[in-house]
Amino acid sequence: MAIFINKETKVIVQGMTGSEGTKHTTRMLKYGTNVVGGVTPGKGGQVVEIDGKQLPVFNSVAEAVAATCANASVVFVPPKFAKAAVMDAIDAELPLCVVITEGIPVHDSAAFYAHAVAKGKTRLIGPNCPGLISPGLSNIGIIPGDITGAGRIGLVSKSGTLTYQMMYELRDFGFSTAVGIGGDPIIGTTHIDCLKAFQDDPDTDAIVMIGEIGGDAEERAAAFIAEYVTKPVVGYVAGFTAPEGKTMGHAGAIVSGSSGTAEAKKVALEAAGVKVGKTPSETAALMREILSAK
Amino acid sequence: MDLFEYQARDLFEAHNIPVLAGAVATTADEAEQAAASMGGKVVVKAQVKVGGRGKAGGVKLAEDAADAKVKASAILGMDIKGHTVHKVMIAQAAPIAEEYYMAILLDRANRNFLVMASVAGGMEIEEVAHTSPEKLARVGIDPNVGISNEQALEIVKAGQFPADIAQSVADVLLKLWSAFVAEDATLMEINPLVKTVDGRIIALDGKVTLDDNAEFRHPSHEALVDHAAANPLEAAAKEKNLNYVKLDGEVGIIGNGAGLVMSTLDVVAYAGEKYGVKPANFLDIGGGASAEVMANGLSIILGDPDVRSVFVNVFGGITACDAVANGIVQALEILGDKATKPIVVRLDGNNVLEGRRILNEAAHPLVQQLDTMDGAAAKAAELAAK
Repeated sequence: MAIFINKETKVIVQGMTGSEGTKHTTRMLKYGTNVVGGVTPGKGGQVVEIDGKQLPVFNSVAEAVAATCANASVVFVPPKFAKAAVMDAIDAELPLCVVITEGIPVHDSAAFYAHAVAKGKTRLIGPNCPGLISPGLSNIGIIPGDITGAGRIGLVSKSGTLTYQMMYELRDFGFSTAVGIGGDPIIGTTHIDCLKAFQDDPDTDAIVMIGEIGGDAEERAAAFIAEYVTKPVVGYVAGFTAPEGKTMGHAGAIVSGSSGTAEAKKVALEAAGVKVGKTPSETAALMREILSAK
Repeated sequence: MDLFEYQARDLFEAHNIPVLAGAVATTADEAEQAAASMGGKVVVKAQVKVGGRGKAGGVKLAEDAADAKVKASAILGMDIKGHTVHKVMIAQAAPIAEEYYMAILLDRANRNFLVMASVAGGMEIEEVAHTSPEKLARVGIDPNVGISNEQALEIVKAGQFPADIAQSVADVLLKLWSAFVAEDATLMEINPLVKTVDGRIIALDGKVTLDDNAEFRHPSHEALVDHAAANPLEAAAKEKNLNYVKLDGEVGIIGNGAGLVMSTLDVVAYAGEKYGVKPANFLDIGGGASAEVMANGLSIILGDPDVRSVFVNVFGGITACDAVANGIVQALEILGDKATKPIVVRLDGNNVLEGRRILNEAAHPLVQQLDTMDGAAAKAAELAAK
């Protein structure tokens, strides 16, 4: 099963003809991801050979979907053009759009997120994320495919390299799906969305949740876990020893309603029954204990 | 990027938000000239990016230009919560009748923008939010729709502004929204928004945060960067496009990915408790750890006199460990005699065996490798111990 993506997921690459797009399309194809084409406005009609496969290029996502029946896209388009690319995917009512691009202005992210919500057809993951992998089934984005294989742990994380580190720490158990949701202020898919999907996924037995200081996403996830999640959850929050950043104005503090510190997040998660590690290795050890007791 | 008050004032003025005359001064003489050109009473305000400057004595009323000079020389050089005052703003004094609050900001939780407006301004707005939330209007804005005049009037009404000034306040809100969008801001706060005794609505103090990711469409924002305040090491790092923050410890840290680097700081801080040492910095070299990036990073860290050991913690994702190892070797060649401190390296992930082999073969006397993040952190902390 796994969540969000599986063997049947047909992927188009937005920005496939760019250097990052080509590089990662090659990697995804080697992994076995079902990449069926690419979108680069103005280059429609071309055919690109990548890793021995002939991939058609389209001017728009709608054209690509009509020709290939794609049901997911991954965006490698530079920040300047990312908003238009994501809007294009949403307008084509693509069920999944994974935005890898780093450095998108938050006004652009706010605009495409609001558009996705209004249309109600597209799950956005990211921006500024490594993507997601269901080991052995599909790999969409830039997560290295060889860290670990299929298993029954679900992983959701804001941070890319911490995702890799945690997959590595628990590589002997393997993962159903690992999702890098990204660390930007506005992201399409949250910890909560992934926790819900993992709870509902019969092929996931336990969940690792990785957070970072700032905002209150982890606190809200903790409240959701208390209410909805019955599977064991182990948590890690990076930044316990980070010095407090300077804040400006009073507005931010009012909105988040939280200090945003790692300690505050740990307390909230533990109150929801989540075991929280102080380091990645301690967090992995906590998960190990849970899975070994099963 | 957070702006100084005088920069916020200038930005507001450029977007037709009503403000009073104001000028920035870096010396007492400049302050005197600015006050003289405005005439009458002025307010001398310390320009620091931290709250509570009024209570700290950083805001003073001056009777005339000569007095402004005296007040400015007292405020310039002051320390306010660790921020040295390098600039003051000379602002026209205005007889204030009422003080209000207005802000637009990015709302991470609701993933849109939020307008807040209240008739109860000038004081701690958190206090208002707690004690009389009915006086604070909070309305989410759809970024693809914006704010209509009708909606602005509703917000003003919900913030309990008197009816006779409702349209003037709504006008300010509409202008603030267009400035917020046009400048790619994540925060624009007016506190206080005032009504003068002669009935004018004026933005008396402002806080603005601009989105660094949007710099590509705002070449003018470059001029707003405060180069003076940056730590020299931070300034050097920024020039090299490195994400570096100076901290007050002894173990230099280099890693790839913000989350992993933050995690590295934690692991080093825990390991350092035993030796009385802490992380000296945050440095994220990002995904592409080329030899040049590694050399730049190492050179910044080795240039920090507080650093006694360095911990390079890399999990090879797309960038393979052999490339990182080559980067370290070449960086040490480039640095030559300037590299004098022990370097502990932990590599894992993509092509790790080749990476470790390259470092072993180079056998640089300063470099030692450990297999785990915890083990390497402990070694780096031990090497930094006094």
